[in-house]
Amino acid sequence: MLDTLLPILIFSALALAVIGAMRRIRLWRQGRPSPVPILQGLAAMPRRYVVDLHHVVARDKVMSNTHVATAGGFVAAAVLMILVHGLGLAQGVLGWALLAASAVMFVGSLFVARRRRNPPARLSKGPWMRLPKSLMAFSLSVFLITLPAVGVLPQDAGSWILAVALAAVLAWGLGEMVFGMTWGGPMKHAFAGALHLAFHRRPERFSTKAGGKGRSTGLKALDLDSPQAKLGVEMPSDFTWNQLLGFDACVQCGRCEAVCPAFAAGQPLNPKKLIQDMVVGLAGGSDAHYAGSPYPGKPVGEHAGGPHGPIVAREGKALVDAETLWSCTTCRACVEECPMMIEHVDAIVDMRRFLTLEHGNTPNKGAEVLDNLIATDNPGGFDPGSRLHWAADLNLPRMADLGQVDVLLWLGDGVFDMRNQRTLRALVKVLRAAEVDFAVLGDEERDSGDVARRLGDEATFQSLARRNIATLAKYRFQRIVTCDPHSFHVLCNEYRELGGPGGDAHYTVLHHSTFIAELYAAGQLHFTPWKGGAVTYHDPCYLGRYNGEYEAPREVLRALGITVTEMARSGFRSRCCGGGGGAPLTDIPGERRIPDMRMDDVRETGAELVAVGCPQCTAMLEGVVEAAEVRDIAELVADALVILPVKMAKGQGRAGQARVEELAS
Amino acid sequence: MRPDPQKSPSLAITVLVSVGCHPLTGRGRRADQDARGVELARALPLAEVRLLHAGVLDAGSDAALRGYLGMGFDALTLIEQPESSDVVPALAEVLADHPPTLVIAGTRAERGEASGLLPYLLAERLGWPLVAAVAEVEGVEGGVATLLQALPRGQRRRLQVRLPAILTVDSAAPAPRQSAFGPARRGQLAVHEVGEAVPDAELVEWVEQPARKRPKRLKIVKAASARDRFKAAAAKAEGGSGQVLDGVTPEQGAEAILKLLKEEGVLRR
Ligand code: SF4
Ligand code: SF4
Repeated sequence: MLDTLLPILIFSALALAVIGAMRRIRLWRQGRPSPVPILQGLAAMPRRYVVDLHHVVARDKVMSNTHVATAGGFVAAAVLMILVHGLGLAQGVLGWALLAASAVMFVGSLFVARRRRNPPARLSKGPWMRLPKSLMAFSLSVFLITLPAVGVLPQDAGSWILAVALAAVLAWGLGEMVFGMTWGGPMKHAFAGALHLAFHRRPERFSTKAGGKGRSTGLKALDLDSPQAKLGVEMPSDFTWNQLLGFDACVQCGRCEAVCPAFAAGQPLNPKKLIQDMVVGLAGGSDAHYAGSPYPGKPVGEHAGGPHGPIVAREGKALVDAETLWSCTTCRACVEECPMMIEHVDAIVDMRRFLTLEHGNTPNKGAEVLDNLIATDNPGGFDPGSRLHWAADLNLPRMADLGQVDVLLWLGDGVFDMRNQRTLRALVKVLRAAEVDFAVLGDEERDSGDVARRLGDEATFQSLARRNIATLAKYRFQRIVTCDPHSFHVLCNEYRELGGPGGDAHYTVLHHSTFIAELYAAGQLHFTPWKGGAVTYHDPCYLGRYNGEYEAPREVLRALGITVTEMARSGFRSRCCGGGGGAPLTDIPGERRIPDMRMDDVRETGAELVAVGCPQCTAMLEGVVEAAEVRDIAELVADALVILPVKMAKGQGRAGQARVEELAS
Repeated sequence: MRPDPQKSPSLAITVLVSVGCHPLTGRGRRADQDARGVELARALPLAEVRLLHAGVLDAGSDAALRGYLGMGFDALTLIEQPESSDVVPALAEVLADHPPTLVIAGTRAERGEASGLLPYLLAERLGWPLVAAVAEVEGVEGGVATLLQALPRGQRRRLQVRLPAILTVDSAAPAPRQSAFGPARRGQLAVHEVGEAVPDAELVEWVEQPARKRPKRLKIVKAASARDRFKAAAAKAEGGSGQVLDGVTPEQGAEAILKLLKEEGVLRR
């Protein structure tokens, strides 16, 4: 009897799954077009899954093994089941393979069940709680049904009642695993996830066999050419179709939630909920069925929307409140942790673009800063002719006078900030000690456009970027060095699309820590050993996660004789200082402040000093009451500089100072 | 755009907007006070706001005027005028043709003559009352508007004025909303034809030169402690040495003013 029942069950589940898949695909295709190489993407998908996705999943070893067993077992079991029970090819090795696959899957599902017994807060409950049972139902029933097929049990073992019962359990399993995959159950992540990997909007972020570095963090430029086009994302259907597909791939694992600094600070943002809200919007409905942690301070069930309705209402409530979007520091911790490779920051900035460019609704100081950037090319509204006032006594060489140097020192808007001026002075001292041939742009430099872009003002970003690119094109130099990771990131990764480096221009951009490490390695810098207390290092988001530079700053600290006491969250898991993405400007209230939490991390290590490499981090961390000392790497280096006598004798313009000079203060 | 007074209870407001100039960089922008005027108008319930500008249209002024469109307008009425024309007759003509209930303008322009006289000349021509330094329009009822006028040091005076009227705003009025790039770019500059432009006969005779820095009165604070310094900084401007001249001839008055200016070092010689 099972012989007739099974093929019917299997093929009807498959047929329903195909119908569901069509419906789901139609939902995704509501999005804007975004051309992808279909076949190439599909071909790359297995590698992206095995290498890149599992690289992230493997940070949690147990979960990674669980997933390999369950998912691998399921895929094998499903294919074999179609062959064995659907087409009746039970003979020989196929049946045994099916037994093995379902057994592996069953073991995996036991681990899933264990995980679900006391799930951490970041995991969603709801339908996800029944998933282990469904997995077991599927794997167990497939296993049992296959036993007679391979001849372990006689064909007519048990009664027909048993057979029907088994078929019912299998129907449940099939329902969850095959039907649910395309009709919106928890298994949807497998279907959407696989396609998302194939058609990802940032194919560059995956590694390649050739050893590509697999990083893609620059925001994508918004097309400003057609005046009638809507700017940014107003409704879910304004996302590109593969962004929608990406949202649909979310497994609600909450890894993003667990690392989000805004969520931890009690600001109304939870990246997981945000992605789920986009899924709600994609299909239409309310968030009442969401079974995870809400946005802090915002109860679930009050927001609703549809694919062609606004995401943020001008007044009242829609899918998401504006302050949720403005809480994000664009730290990318969520993207770094997401096993499904979902791009939260892209989505948030897309929605911010609409709020800023179409509604003119950048909150708090945001609007003022944008006005300043438009009128004065710097966020503080200072006279652009006073960019070098801080260095009146330093006699800095200007690009306009020299035309050609090795290193262009990009100063950033920190020139207007008294704290950052100390860092800049230190950096200049280091460059001079190493006899670097450098110059600055002076008043020709403008804000890089970082903050304008993160606040959604793509127009101002592009205007600043284009003018900066034109200025840079006038001069000849090999490298740009800057102590501001935000400028670094923008110059290095985001100007390319507009004709910057990597495009038409031929220079590289370095963070000062990378450059100092290089100078030290080349023997151009000498330090007195460190005599201070314990030191920890805070990785700036825009240097670390955005650009993968974790080593150089640590190398420099080692060269100074400092042993870094690492914080629990360091390297790619570093916690944001709260200063990115214009968050200090939009200033959305929470229960705690992000820099306070970071300073607690510092305190936990017992360090008396925290080394940083970013003006924004310096400002945020120094703003903490009773903080550890905050010093930029450049300052630590400048303090430890030793000028060797030989060099002094050689140094042009410094003859007569042939004495060992220890410049430490 | 034009309200029908019989049918709609709405309030027709025309805001006069000019091309501004950033004080540090001199870049064109929406003029701050005019933008505050637009904000004041937008905040009124049932207001039908029309933006009106008279002047030269070129790339620079286009960008600046679009700053007002970005505050949420589909169009701005533009009366094109050649360089150095007197815009008062043109503005008066348009306003007299379709009189709004309220006209709002900034106190003074950010470039050009910037004498602040334009609203007064318009008021004189149209025969309408003018209220300066309006901080808020509290309400309009039965052809009378209730206004809050800003006085020095945060004081406010409540006034009532018969409509139609001209109001001017300065920086005491609420800050303007952000100008959004999308609407600014899409909005229309609707050109409105008027009669012959009238050249500004006086202006052409003037010679313009860059402003000299005006001498600043030095306030020397002899304070021993931070507290004293703070008190000095926070203290009200003291009159004290003021002098009221009563019943003097114009010549005597002028003499007295000239003497003061010399004493203060404003006029040398
Ligand atoms: S967005 Fe990514 S990290 Fe966050 S819950 Fe979904 S799958 Fe997990
Ligand atoms: S980028 Fe950072 S702040 Fe923004 S949602 Fe992700 S983790 Fe949270």
